[in-house]
Amino acid sequence: MTKRDYSLLGPDAARAVKTGLATAQWYHTEVPRKEMKALMQRSDQPAVRDTILLFGAMILLAGLGIALWPSPWSAPAWLAYGVLYGSAMDSRWHECGHGTAFKTPWMNNAVYQIASFCMVRNPVVWRWSHARHHTDTIIVGRDPEIVAMRPPALFRIFLNFFGILDALTGWKHMLQNAAGHLGPEEADFIPEQERPKVFRVARIWVLIYAATIVLAVAMQSILPLMVIGLPRLYGAWHHVMTGIMQHAGLADNVLDHRLNSRTVYINPVSRFVYWNMNYHVEHHMFPMVPYHRLPELHEKIKHDLPAPNTSILDAYREIWPALKRQLRYEDYFLKRELPGTARPYREDLHAEALGVPAE
Amino acid sequence: MAQWIDACATDDIDEEDLIRFDHDGRTFAIYRSPDDEFFCTDGLCTHEQVHLVDGLVMDYVIECPKHNGQFDYRTGEAKRAPVCVNLATYPAKVENGRVLIEV
Repeated sequence: MTKRDYSLLGPDAARAVKTGLATAQWYHTEVPRKEMKALMQRSDQPAVRDTILLFGAMILLAGLGIALWPSPWSAPAWLAYGVLYGSAMDSRWHECGHGTAFKTPWMNNAVYQIASFCMVRNPVVWRWSHARHHTDTIIVGRDPEIVAMRPPALFRIFLNFFGILDALTGWKHMLQNAAGHLGPEEADFIPEQERPKVFRVARIWVLIYAATIVLAVAMQSILPLMVIGLPRLYGAWHHVMTGIMQHAGLADNVLDHRLNSRTVYINPVSRFVYWNMNYHVEHHMFPMVPYHRLPELHEKIKHDLPAPNTSILDAYREIWPALKRQLRYEDYFLKRELPGTARPYREDLHAEALGVPAE
Repeated sequence: MAQWIDACATDDIDEEDLIRFDHDGRTFAIYRSPDDEFFCTDGLCTHEQVHLVDGLVMDYVIECPKHNGQFDYRTGEAKRAPVCVNLATYPAKVENGRVLIEV
């Protein structure tokens, strides 16, 4: 059994480079250029509509929560507000980080900055981190965004349903960055010329949090923190729930997103919160396609992909047993069946990773 | 020494699009702008050497298909992270319905 080292500076990172897994060519389903060009076209309208809806709902729910505070009747408003702040902002961070949500660049940037603040993810650091995630998806030692490592740290994942470790790490890094420091792993993927931007954003955030805390102390109430900061904890569960579905239990160290990513059909409310990232194989194969065109892309290429999971529950029915098996045997993974219409997996490309018996 | 090379017919490239052109062991991207001008750059993104031909041309910008980095293909200027290094550009001209590039 192989012991994995997920450090970006460790032996698995060096091995990925040596064996050609790093910055490699990945499998793509064939889509005629004209069709792909049409799918990649940008539009402001869907994201403007969704953003007005999102921010409008957040203002209404926070207002309701404040009006009913401190009555327990304010709890439903806070729970809903929390999901929009601590989970919908995750998908907005993601899509606007790619620059595909809106056609107009300043709109992408504005929403990206706000979402990064809500998720406590430095917008510069995480832009580079996510670029690496797309270059080296679930390549051990290269991908800095692997949620369910092997063996899976289930207690850690459980804590993150309440944002505890992710947010605390984010706030710790914010303070380090505000003081002008960058961790060694961050330094591995952030170019020198980008680093002053990291520090500047962190300092602005420290000022916002300081003002919020001063207001809370002055009011002798946690109410300001219920609006800014704490929703990153009490509203995180939805983005963790959907985030785990993306890759957990599937193959690592392969060069085909059909083997390491998962598409799941989910309910319309979760799709709004998650901004269609449930079409995750499609997103990784073609990151230029905006979230609102992913359902169309799915229809065009599903003949070449494993069958999607039919619901969030269905996805967890395969993920949970796989994670439990990985606790005892970390080389175990789910190898998803391709339909007869698909081009087969390149076994030669994945001989080492797929050589392990899997079900 | 640079020389003019016949790369393709003007009709080979749709308006606001690009094609890949390989020559002498190198790969180039040839663009047709919205106002029907032709441009040429290196064919690989300066970030991680991905072929730009699968990317999206929007006005005078080419977006890399892998990480959404952007360049102005007229000047090669890197416009959006994660690209930081400019793209090399080459002169292009049209003669008798053919696109020539100087490389």
